[in-house]
Amino acid sequence: MAQMGAAIEQPVEHTALITGSEAIAVACKLADVDVITAYPIRPYDTVMQYVAKLVANGELDCEYIVAESEHSQFEIVKHASAVGARVFCGSSGVGWMYAFEALTVTPALRIPMVAMVGNRALDDPGAFGVEHNDALAVRDLGWQLVWVDTAQEALDTALIAYRVAEDRRVFLPCAISCDGAFLTHSQALVKIPPQETVDAFLPRYNRGDLLLHPDNPITVAPQANEDWLMEIRRQNAAAMERAHDVILEAYAQFERIFGRRYGNPFFEEYETADADVVLVGMGTLSTPVKVAIRQMRKEGKRVGFVRVRWFRPFAAVELARTLGRFAAVGIVDRDFSFGSPYLSGVLATEVRAAMYPAVRRPPLLSFICGLGGREVTVPDVRRMTDLVYQAADGKQQASTQWIGLRE
Amino acid sequence: MARLYAVEVVYRGIFQKTLAKNITRAIVLAAHREGKHGISFGRYGDSPERNGIPAKGFAIVADDELTLEEGMAKYEPKEVDVTICVDDTLCKGVESWAWYGLQPINRLLKPGGTLIVTSLETPERLIAMSHRKETPYKLAIVKGAASFSGLWVYKDDHTDARVLGAVARVLPELFSIGSLQETLRAENKKTGDLLAVSAQKSFDRTTTITVAPGQGNAEVPYSFEMPKWTEMREGIAIPAIAHGHQMTDETNGATGGFQPARNATFKKYLTRTMRPVVDFEKCIKCTLCWIACPDSVFDVTPEGLYDANLAACCGCGVCEAICPVEKCVTMVNETAFTDNASQWEAFRKDAPAYKSWLLTAIENRPERSHGFRYRGQYEEQIPAMIGNGGE
Repeated sequence: MAQMGAAIEQPVEHTALITGSEAIAVACKLADVDVITAYPIRPYDTVMQYVAKLVANGELDCEYIVAESEHSQFEIVKHASAVGARVFCGSSGVGWMYAFEALTVTPALRIPMVAMVGNRALDDPGAFGVEHNDALAVRDLGWQLVWVDTAQEALDTALIAYRVAEDRRVFLPCAISCDGAFLTHSQALVKIPPQETVDAFLPRYNRGDLLLHPDNPITVAPQANEDWLMEIRRQNAAAMERAHDVILEAYAQFERIFGRRYGNPFFEEYETADADVVLVGMGTLSTPVKVAIRQMRKEGKRVGFVRVRWFRPFAAVELARTLGRFAAVGIVDRDFSFGSPYLSGVLATEVRAAMYPAVRRPPLLSFICGLGGREVTVPDVRRMTDLVYQAADGKQQASTQWIGLRE
Repeated sequence: MARLYAVEVVYRGIFQKTLAKNITRAIVLAAHREGKHGISFGRYGDSPERNGIPAKGFAIVADDELTLEEGMAKYEPKEVDVTICVDDTLCKGVESWAWYGLQPINRLLKPGGTLIVTSLETPERLIAMSHRKETPYKLAIVKGAASFSGLWVYKDDHTDARVLGAVARVLPELFSIGSLQETLRAENKKTGDLLAVSAQKSFDRTTTITVAPGQGNAEVPYSFEMPKWTEMREGIAIPAIAHGHQMTDETNGATGGFQPARNATFKKYLTRTMRPVVDFEKCIKCTLCWIACPDSVFDVTPEGLYDANLAACCGCGVCEAICPVEKCVTMVNETAFTDNASQWEAFRKDAPAYKSWLLTAIENRPERSHGFRYRGQYEEQIPAMIGNGGE
């Protein structure tokens, strides 16, 4: 710990021009990950390429295993984590789906795996572009889910994810969602922290009495029926509940050690202080939204944006309190939930549920846009904002509207 | 006030699964002929496809549909009018595969309810095997060996009809012998008439005796506390079985051999119908039983003998099948025993007394077995069963 003070006093960081995927690979190196598994699928495969390069160059010392499928890929790291290894893996779209059985058992066994999901539309058709349905498919299983919108945030969030996931109070896996193309394949200037700073922030992974080791003989995942299952599920619910405060602690520590501030970890508020209406969304659509907001503000429209980072745990109370301040809210989903209430997106459905107990419940509109990586344009954002203003004025309209659709 | 009836069938998976289903189905159908409504189901968590596992099937019947719904609003009945036990070794207790400890055979019986057992044992023996109950109940015996006739192909030996005839006798409000016979004929086009005759014979012969409160096995059945969710280790992790250790011979202080450590909570009592009995004087220490046993049942004694640890044994009989010495390891029906005590310790304390006990146990053992040794045994026994009182 003596090093920690020195590191904070003498931060020697450098800046590199890297993609979001590369930033995740750099985070793996800084976190000194022990076991990494890979199986190619676009856009996640950019991460495995960068990791392979780091290993080949001798910059990262880890077991790097290219599995024969995503299912094995996630199973291998699950087992490695059970014996005490810090692990990383990731996938995209239907690759993530192919690992689904492994994805269900990972949180059940309290494995603090960190995974990167390069968000990609689910087949068919085999579109490469971003949709959030892949990562969202595990929303009910005990995975922590976080969305980032820049390469810098990808790197920082990966480090934070290890700290949160490996906290004994949590011990749940965490998937970091990075929008395909916009984040995985775009290079940006990223501040890379020195190793000492990371070491000061990130303790070693200690699996404690859950470590699968001859010196700690345990049986993991024996068959159990209805007389045990509720207790097991309740334990995991408690862990997810505790994750909320652990995330707050981790961001506070991150700010103290790295000097970079994220504010409220759960969602970012942009120009909301005086806003009449806001849009809500996740991931890289923040870029056109923020640009459009700056345009509209010059025209006198007081518009804000709330970017949800942590989808699980979902900060329902905080979000409901925040959104209650506005005259109307538009939720922009880069996903869909066929047949869901009001035929809306997943995020919109969650926000509606979060708002129900709130004292102030502004009108909510659900927007589906940018599917399969289609560009969300500044005019699209302006159009959505106009509709939200109309809702604020009490105009009746469809609860869910598709934006940027040829019709 | 509409009445609700519940009947349970306690049986051995997989061999008696069809038998149990035949009984619970016929109960519902016979009662339905008298205007009642009902359902028949097996306990899902029992995993009754497993060899020899104690399992339960239920018939719930009510005078009307609303009353039936009240009976269905639980996973399984909390009390029953009749418990049918189609393997008498289960009188010593029931251990579900989804495991809750040892449950007395008469646990669910209402005061004054009836326990019907298929057995060749005496009532006194069956009562002694069954745990004590605070309220009186009745015992009826359907005379015959346990029917293990149904593995993949069910061969009806009329155990179902005979048990059902006994139910009509002990609980006539549920259904009459006439309704039962109509049901058997309707459900079994070819054999219905014969089944109806068997049911009638059993109905005519069935008598009950009353078991008084406090009569029976005085032992408190093995049970354990289920921990709260906050008391359980997280991550679906449980302590593994520790390393084993040497054994000590209490008679001379000798140490040696090897006893594997075993799960302190999960102990077996009646997941088997038979247990291995070892003639230690015949043992040639070949190790085959020790190697072949899938449950690591055998403790290696200081002098290199193999003692079956019965808290770990599921009674599969592979030890008997693989033993090269005749009558060294013999599977003996569970009705012959009252505890899980070590045979080797008894042998070390008094070898002649042990030998005499052993010979008695082997000679008196009922023949019925579903183990490795008696493939085709059922066919061998049919003549004897037919001759058995003409039943």
